[in-house]
Amino acid sequence: MSFPQNHSGLKAIVDRHARKKGPLLPILRDVQEEFECVSPDAEAVIAQALNLSRAEVHGVVSFYHDLSPTPDLRPCVELCRAEACKARGVEALLPAAQAVAGDRVNLKSVYCLGLCATGPNARTGDALHSRLDEESLVKLVLSI
Amino acid sequence: MKVARISDDAQALACGADAVAAAFEEVGCTVERVSSWGMHWLEPLIEIDGNGFGPASPEDVASILNGTSTLAIGSVAEHPFIARQQRLTFARGGKTRPLSLEDYAATGGWVGLHRARSMQSAEVVAEVLASGLRGRGGAGFPAGIKWKTVAEAAGLTKYIVCNADEGDSGTFADRMLMEGDPFRLLEGMAIAGYAVGAREGYIYVRSEYPHAIAKLNAAVAIAGSNLAPFHIEVRVGAGAYVCGEETSLLNSIEGKRGEVRAKPPLPALEGLFGCPTVVNNVLTLAAIPHILTPGGASLYDSLGLDRSKGTMPIQLAGNIKHGGLYETAFGITLNELIYDIGGGTASGRPVKAVQVGGPLGAYIPPGQFDLPFDYEGYTVADALIGHGGITVFDDTADMGAMARFAFEFCAAESCGKCTPCRLGSTRGVELIDRIRSGEKAEADCVEALPQMHNARKAGRSREDELELLEDLCETMQFGSLCALGGFTPYPVRSALKHWPEDFSS
Repeated sequence: MSFPQNHSGLKAIVDRHARKKGPLLPILRDVQEEFECVSPDAEAVIAQALNLSRAEVHGVVSFYHDLSPTPDLRPCVELCRAEACKARGVEALLPAAQAVAGDRVNLKSVYCLGLCATGPNARTGDALHSRLDEESLVKLVLSI
Repeated sequence: MKVARISDDAQALACGADAVAAAFEEVGCTVERVSSWGMHWLEPLIEIDGNGFGPASPEDVASILNGTSTLAIGSVAEHPFIARQQRLTFARGGKTRPLSLEDYAATGGWVGLHRARSMQSAEVVAEVLASGLRGRGGAGFPAGIKWKTVAEAAGLTKYIVCNADEGDSGTFADRMLMEGDPFRLLEGMAIAGYAVGAREGYIYVRSEYPHAIAKLNAAVAIAGSNLAPFHIEVRVGAGAYVCGEETSLLNSIEGKRGEVRAKPPLPALEGLFGCPTVVNNVLTLAAIPHILTPGGASLYDSLGLDRSKGTMPIQLAGNIKHGGLYETAFGITLNELIYDIGGGTASGRPVKAVQVGGPLGAYIPPGQFDLPFDYEGYTVADALIGHGGITVFDDTADMGAMARFAFEFCAAESCGKCTPCRLGSTRGVELIDRIRSGEKAEADCVEALPQMHNARKAGRSREDELELLEDLCETMQFGSLCALGGFTPYPVRSALKHWPEDFSS
């Protein structure tokens, strides 16, 4: 059996949050951030550490959009496609962005980045991009 | 050398404020990073000696400094967008450095908390009751009654939970408050803790707000001794919209799937970890420090309309020329907000619809723009004010597509616990697709089964499909456990009612 996720790293994360009330979500968030996913093996380790069943941990992992069972190591552009950005024309920018993203970039739809008066908006990591038009969005996708 | 004040709010950063700040520093100016004034169409907004320039780029630095800039808007505080507002919750907007305790104390910070702690806790609850403050998250439940319930509930351990899972499109007031005036939120929570007898508080922030999370964590570390013995912890969500629903949020903090709980029991009696819990929105808790200042409660109660007391931070968003944060007393009309203050659409085209209250709010046609902004008035008009977000659409909007999106969003974000929301949302998408494509629906394989006595064996006409849609909306509205399934019919029904032509093939 292989352990793609580093055990000592995992243990450090669990230890960091173990004394919190309701430590599961903070642990899962940190595991996702460090390993880009929460693998079934990691679920088992976390379940044992918190005295939960694997099913309980898996149920939580599968519920939240931010947590994924396998890593996607492609660069990611999160494009807001909620109402306020739709009202400012985000849908018309999509075909051009998808064309340059191809399989190389993960062009992900998100719903609201909280910059609703100056959309269309996107996020790359913690960097935010506002007032996008086709040209600037294509440039953003190509630049990461 | 001159002091250039530039916001470090996520909105300003997204518009390029860091590059502009660096350009000012390069020419020897002192740059002060302050909170946002809320005039988002002008971001990045530069303020020098009280005068504003925006939207600025690094190339504008020279002309701003030598006084030839065409971006000048004159005095920021006297700008009509700011001068007409009545700012209580956002009183510090644009004026203070978000993480400066010195600025906070100099602008009336901690006055409410100190006064509250000098009173009996029941008196604090009574003041909140007297202010008429209602929950700003959307439901509009009187905050004082919730606090009273928790204060009188049995149990040694109680919690204050701040709902900062601001997922509604068209809303950003929570984000601005957390980034621009985080100590105010912490002070409000500490007052709530004192009033109901809770020693611990949690702020549950959505993960889409990394800058707000960083500010809150820093603020909690800086202000720990001011808040003590009250202790606050920041918890970060994981991308689930439904966790903005209070019971789902509590499950999420507990480390469970963010599934909605059936009520009763109310969270006020059995909330976080089964203990009595106050769950309030960011704006509700941020209104508290003002209410607890001397005379604050009666001032709050004197503002507004009917049973909607005080001020509401309204968020002008979408296709609007002058978008941003506009805090004013209840009673203002959409006409004033969209045309007088917002300047109409950003595209210059006529307004077709506005959605008030986020993805679950009704679409309102221009014919109803004289509706005064208050909880009851909107309920009567089959709409809701929700979290106070107003998203403007111009005449290119396809309302049939927006109705479909409402169902699609509900299907993607449903927690799956109750059937009307889990299944109804997906059936709704299919139904709208059929109505819009004009294809005649034949009886499907289940409907054709002999045991399905009540199912129609012949195909359905457009009228039948519309009736089915109405039926589905009613089932979702009255049969869902929470507002996600229960309110999704609002955008759908309003779009169908006011723009039926957008549902034709």
